Amino acid sequence: MARRALGLAGLAGAALAAAAYVRRGAARRRERVDLYYDDGSMVSLPEGSAAAAPLLELGREALRAAR
Amino acid sequence: MACVSVAAVGAADALKDLMEISSQVRSAVVLASGGAVEAATFDDGAELARLATELLDAAASVRESGGAVNQLEVATAEGSVFVVRDGDRIIAATTSADPTVGLVFYDLKSCLRDAGKKPARKRSTTTTKRKSDGS
Repeated sequence: MARRALGLAGLAGAALAAAAYVRRGAARRRERVDLYYDDGSMVSLPEGSAAAAPLLELGREALRAAR
Repeated sequence: MACVSVAAVGAADALKDLMEISSQVRSAVVLASGGAVEAATFDDGAELARLATELLDAAASVRESGGAVNQLEVATAEGSVFVVRDGDRIIAATTSADPTVGLVFYDLKSCLRDAGKKPARKRSTTTTKRKSDGS
């Protein structure tokens, strides 16, 4: 009985770890624009923001042009 | 008479080295001041060059407090576009999705630095014989 409970707990732990891994991977793949300024500061524009949209479009065009 | 600019030769060599060193960069183009293409890793580098300057222009107006953007990354699901400016010279490059950002920027900056150097002259292979004075 105890062994079965231990097995189930292990299985649940593995499932949670896998879900976290997939979620992290998906988050990394999210589209964004990072701007680095000459004063050392950085601005990250996430997908969906008004400022990111034209830059993302130019980026997609650049990827197509370089294919 | 054919005439090759020293800067263009330097940029072409720097791009060749970049493609050998970086496994992540798929294509790249080096622009001189004014947006003229100095060297590219593929035939139609002019379009990527144009889009790179447009990206820098568009990025310049993002922050209200101003400041010059000297490097940027546009990350999409298909891949990333990097643009780095050093003085008058600009390099734009494309990579696959999820690149190692710091490493790509480092390689692009090194490439720009090398592009600014004059190509090394080949050493002459002629040898001079010493005269034996017989003493």
